[in-house]
Amino acid sequence: MNGGSTSARSNAPSIAIDVKGLTKSFGGREVVHDLSMQVKRGSIYGFLGPNGSGKTTTIRILCGLLTPDSGEGSCLGYDIRRDADKIKRKVGYMTQRFSLYQDLSVRENLEFVARLYGMPDARGAAADMIARIGLKGREEQLAANLSGGWKQRLALGACTLPNPQLLLLDEPTAGVDPKARRDFWNEIHALAAEGLTVLVSTHYMDEAERCHEIAYIAYGHLLAHGTVDEVIAASALSTWTVTGEDFNGLMAELTDKPGVDMVAPFGTSLHVSGRDKAALEGAIAAYRDNSKWHWQASEPSLEDVFIDLMGRSKDNFQG
Amino acid sequence: MSAAETIQNSEAREPAFGFWRRSYAMLVKEFIQLRRDRVSFAMIIMLPVMQLTLFGYAINTTPRNLPTAVLTQEDSDLGRSILKAMENTAYFHFVREVHTVEEFDELLQSGKVLFGVEIPRGFERAVRRGDRPALLVAADATDPVASGSALGALGPLVQSALAHDLHVGDPPDMPFEIRAHARYNPAADSRLNIVPGLVGTILTMTMLIFTALSVTREIERGTMESLLSMPIKPVEVMFGKIIPYVLVGFIQATLIIAIGILLFGVPVLGSLTLLALLTTLFITTNLSIGYTFSTIVQNQLQAMQLSMMFFLPSILLSGFMFPFAGMPVWAQYIGEGLPLTHFVRIVRAIMLKGAAMQNLQYDTAALVALMLFAMTIAVTRFRRTLD
Repeated sequence: MNGGSTSARSNAPSIAIDVKGLTKSFGGREVVHDLSMQVKRGSIYGFLGPNGSGKTTTIRILCGLLTPDSGEGSCLGYDIRRDADKIKRKVGYMTQRFSLYQDLSVRENLEFVARLYGMPDARGAAADMIARIGLKGREEQLAANLSGGWKQRLALGACTLPNPQLLLLDEPTAGVDPKARRDFWNEIHALAAEGLTVLVSTHYMDEAERCHEIAYIAYGHLLAHGTVDEVIAASALSTWTVTGEDFNGLMAELTDKPGVDMVAPFGTSLHVSGRDKAALEGAIAAYRDNSKWHWQASEPSLEDVFIDLMGRSKDNFQG
Repeated sequence: MSAAETIQNSEAREPAFGFWRRSYAMLVKEFIQLRRDRVSFAMIIMLPVMQLTLFGYAINTTPRNLPTAVLTQEDSDLGRSILKAMENTAYFHFVREVHTVEEFDELLQSGKVLFGVEIPRGFERAVRRGDRPALLVAADATDPVASGSALGALGPLVQSALAHDLHVGDPPDMPFEIRAHARYNPAADSRLNIVPGLVGTILTMTMLIFTALSVTREIERGTMESLLSMPIKPVEVMFGKIIPYVLVGFIQATLIIAIGILLFGVPVLGSLTLLALLTTLFITTNLSIGYTFSTIVQNQLQAMQLSMMFFLPSILLSGFMFPFAGMPVWAQYIGEGLPLTHFVRIVRAIMLKGAAMQNLQYDTAALVALMLFAMTIAVTRFRRTLD
């Protein structure tokens, strides 16, 4: 009786998401290509990539909203193709666009979710959640009239209400102010500490750095994954930070130099990066003596790495 | 006018033909959108063509070949000649021959026939004796349009047909009397017929639209994505969306019937409970059909158009506006597929004829079948993923 399924079961405690070779096309265009990933239970997994890279599609496949064209895998130990119903009971999905009922109040929305999941005391559960997400006093306000930050809290509240084991958050903090963003991330860390697994897609680098692990996806291909440090190290990118005055001319000149792969201004400094350390040093040698600028070898930032990955993937997949 | 002034004026003025340019920009955009919306585009062509051919051929306000039953209490040559003469008028079509008054009444009450001809015992002998006996023609007059022209034609047409057969003289010499009896609505008051039918028509329109928009609204507002990610099954979504409107429909039906009774003096001869029960069934059937539409279409506009496509034949082919029996057979088949047809029969039978459940089994079964059919399609059509 405990023959065939033991291997799948033994994975269940430590791995929340385990998928292999996921592929999905829409109208002949491949949106997700041969994507494999593993997410440990209780971790916060950041999902990064440019717009249209297939992040949302991947998340929808994971929660059973889309069927992959090929590929297989499990979510919380359930098969993503066959057990969509079971997965839905244990997964909270926060959509990119606010998708609760605008014409219901905060309380009514939460009670609807609680009832739908068959929670014994829907009213009580909704009231507890209102307190937890700090919407007390706004219970009777219609969702449509909430500000962006409050809407996002309500959406998080709704998807954590039925005590899921996995949260799938699709760009949850888009268009939300920094304070609300920070509060939101504190909440996510608190949830992860309780044992919840969180997969969150984002465009913000500071948010990526708050994740235990990250994956970078572009044009449907998973290009890098690991901890932030691992991803930076794996990029093998060398970066120099230039401080000083009058970057405009320098930027234009450096951009086309062989050995320089990327030049990006960061406020009062300029990041100059290259994949080949020696070639980069050769390219900038002529400018290092100029007293106008101060050159310093530095670690590439996560953003540098991602912009570089994006540029490279563009060359590879877009011809 | 100086040069400088001209320049200044032209800067302040809007571009030439601004009104037309902006209208044109809007017009081009609308055409592009219209072309993208294939369903609307198809409707523009299909709606007039379909409706015109359908209703142009189907509608007939002086219906012929109306289903008629015969109650024969004697078998005589004269009786057969009279029936033959009636059939020759083309208004009557004999579908049943019965031998008891109960069967005769049941056929009329359930609406299976619109007319009944009774040839009494000893009819032929009485004619021979010159007693001028009565030939009873009972008509279901709930729909005065359907029965009126046939009843009007009865006397003169039958007389002239018989004159040849029986070698009798001109009309004053008719050896028997035709006694027409307009049952259920003797005064031929068309309101008595229209008001019960309106109950069904109004309910069809409102109920269809309530649910036809329900699923598309979730999709257009983006709430479908959330809903689908939660553990709810298609049947559960359907019941949750239909049941509230059953109550709404019930309130509406009560209102219409109350107005019908109070303002228009329409009677309710049958059981109110039965009427309430079957009205609820009809409401649910329409809600199921509307919900099915909503799982087929892509947006709310299409849902409205599809509801219209369904509503028009419901009004015209159900027997509400024009006599059902007068339509060609193919149109009657279409009519049988519309819930309103069955409900119009039910509601007229209960209110005007005092019909009971045993008279209405067929139409009730048809409503149940249509409801289950719609629900099955809706549940199988409901997309559980966003693929």
